[in-house]
Amino acid sequence: MSLLRLALLSLWNRRVTAILTMVGIALSVTLFLSVEKLRTGARESFANTISGTDLIIGARSGDVQLLLYSVFRIGNATNNITWESHQDIADRPEVDWIVPISLGDSHRGFRVVGTTTEFFDKYRYRRNDGLSFAEGQRFDDLFDTVIGADVAEALGYALGERIVVSHGTGTGRGAEHDDKPFQISGILEKTGTPIDRAIHVSLEAIEAIHVDWQGGARIEGLSIAAERVRNMDLKPKTLTAALVGLKSRIATFRFQRFVNEYEEEPLTAILPGVALSNLWSLVGVAERALGAVSLMVIVTAILGLVTTLLATLEERRREMAILRANGASPRTIAALLTAESGLITLAGAILGLALLYGLLFVLQPLLDSQFGLYLKIEPPTVRDLTTLALIVLAGTFAGLIPAWRAYRSSLADGMSIRS
Amino acid sequence: MTDTHPAIAIRNVAFSWDGDFSIEIDTFDVAPGERVMLLGPSGGGKSTFLNLVAGIVPPSRGSIDILGTDIAALRGAKADGYRADSFGIVFQQFNLLPWLSARDNVLIPLRFSKQRRKRAAPAKDSANRLLGALGIDSALFRTPAGRLSVGQQQRVAAARALIGSPGVILADEPTSALDRAMADAFLDLLYGEIGGAGSALLMVSHDETLAGGFDRVVRLDDIVRVSRRAIA
Repeated sequence: MSLLRLALLSLWNRRVTAILTMVGIALSVTLFLSVEKLRTGARESFANTISGTDLIIGARSGDVQLLLYSVFRIGNATNNITWESHQDIADRPEVDWIVPISLGDSHRGFRVVGTTTEFFDKYRYRRNDGLSFAEGQRFDDLFDTVIGADVAEALGYALGERIVVSHGTGTGRGAEHDDKPFQISGILEKTGTPIDRAIHVSLEAIEAIHVDWQGGARIEGLSIAAERVRNMDLKPKTLTAALVGLKSRIATFRFQRFVNEYEEEPLTAILPGVALSNLWSLVGVAERALGAVSLMVIVTAILGLVTTLLATLEERRREMAILRANGASPRTIAALLTAESGLITLAGAILGLALLYGLLFVLQPLLDSQFGLYLKIEPPTVRDLTTLALIVLAGTFAGLIPAWRAYRSSLADGMSIRS
Repeated sequence: MTDTHPAIAIRNVAFSWDGDFSIEIDTFDVAPGERVMLLGPSGGGKSTFLNLVAGIVPPSRGSIDILGTDIAALRGAKADGYRADSFGIVFQQFNLLPWLSARDNVLIPLRFSKQRRKRAAPAKDSANRLLGALGIDSALFRTPAGRLSVGQQQRVAAARALIGSPGVILADEPTSALDRAMADAFLDLLYGEIGGAGSALLMVSHDETLAGGFDRVVRLDDIVRVSRRAIA
C-alpha cells in the first residue's frame, strides 16, 4: 500500500473535516484569483477607455488633467482651443481625422458633450470596439441628442423624450437652457467607459443654446427662440479638446511636438495610452492594497489548514503510533502529514480554480452590463498558475508544522499507543 | 531470518527515563522459534522492556541483538527499517486502523519492510491466506476493521504481525480483552501460524494460566531491575 493511498484513505476517514478545510482553501483561492482578475480587468478596462485615438489636443495643461476632462469628463479645462487652431490642425497633411469636443454644460449631473457625428465613427474603446446604438440613431436635427447607457438607465429616458440642458454644472438658479430643449434621438450601448455617462449634442447646438447667454448668464432682455436660432450662423468659436487620428502612427511623436510648440496659441497634445498609464500609476496604491488584501486571504487560509491539521493531530496520535509500531519511521509519519496537507491544498486550488471559472461564466455578462467591467474568460495565465503552484507549495510546507509535532510525539509515544 | 543467531540476545542493558525511572537487564535470550512468556505486573517495566527490545528507545548502555544485529547500535532510518523487517507486534488493544479494511491492516507492515514484502509476495494472497487461516471469513476481508467483532479484530491484528514471517513476534497482553475460551482459541491459532513460519514469540502477560503453550515462562522481576526516584 502506497503512502499516497494511506494518506488518501486517512483523509477519507476524516472527510468532513478535510472537505471543509479544502473548501476553505478553495474559497480563498477563488477570492484571491477573483481579486486578481478584477484588478487586471479594471486596469485593462481603464487602459481601454479610449483606443484608436493617436493624440488628444487641448489648451496648455498637464497630461493627466487634459485626459481627465477630455476623456473622463472630470474637472474642467483651464482654457479653450480656438476654432481656427482646430481647423489649422485639421488641415495638416498628417491628420487623418479630428473630432472636436466641447464641454461645459450638464443635465442632472451628467456632462453634456458637444461634438460632431464623426465622434460616433471614430471613438474606439477596448480593442478597437466602436460605439453602437441600443436604440435610435445619431443626432440629425440641431436639437437632437444621443445619450449614454447609464444616463438612459439612471434617468429612465426613452427615445423621443425631451430634456433640458443646464448651464455649467447646473446648480445656479435660472441656469437652465429651458427655452431650447433637446429630443433624444439615440441611446448608446453600454461601453463601460465615461461615454455611458455623457449626453452628446452637436457643436452647433452648444452654440445655439448659448446665443442669448454671456458670461454664464442670460443676456437680460434678450431671448432668441429655438426656431430663430436655426437660421443663425452657429459655427463654434472655441472648443475644449480634440481627438486626433493620424495617417501614420510613425508620425505621432513628431506631430505631438508640433502641437506642443504650436505658435498661434499654447496647446498640449497627449498620447492617450501614456496618459492613461500615468493616471493609473496614481491610483496604483489602491491596486497594491488590493493585492496585499488578497495575499492576506491566502495566508489566512493556509494558517487555517495548519490549525485544522494541528487540531486533528491529537486524535490521530494513535494512528501515528500504530504505523510507527508497524515499522513506519518518524520521517514517514511526517511525510504522511505533509502529503496530506499537500493533497488538501492541491484539491482546494483545483476546486478554487473551477469555482473561479464558474463565477466568471455567470458574472461576466453582469459585470460587463452593470459596471462596464469586461473580464475576459481565458485559460489561467502563467502568473495564475505560478500563484497556484506557490499556494500548493506553501500548503504542503505548512504541513511540516504538524508533521514536526507528530514526529516528536511518535518518538515519545514509542509502543505505548494511546487508545 | 537465520538459525545461527539467537532471536533475541540482551546483554548488560541499562535505560533511564529522565533519571526518574530506570531499568537494568543483565542477560536475556530467546532462541529462534522459541515461545517465551514474560510474566509481570503492571508498572513493572513491561512497556519499557518491549520498547527496548523493539528498538524504539535506545539503551544508555549494553547490546540488544535481534537475529544477529545489535539494534541498539542502529539509529534513525536503519533502526526503523530493521525493526520493520524483524518484528511483528500484537497489542493488547489490537490497534488496528479502524477505517482500513481487514486486509489493508494486515498489509501495513509490508509497506515499511522490503524483506517481509519479498517473503509475503504476492502480498494480497498472503494476507488472504493468513486471515483465512486465523478464521476470518473471506467476506470480511474488505470490511473496515472498526466494524469487526473483538475476536475478529484480534485475529486480524495477529495476521498483521505474522505477515512476511518476521523473525520475532512481540505480543503485549494480546488476550486481555478476550474471554478465556476465545483467548485459548486465539493462542492456538497464533502458535500454529508462528510454528509454521519458524518465528520466535515473546509474549508479555500477567496471566499465569496462559503459560501452558509456551516453551519457557520468565518472570520480569528475575531479569529486570527497576528503580524509581523517591518522590519528596
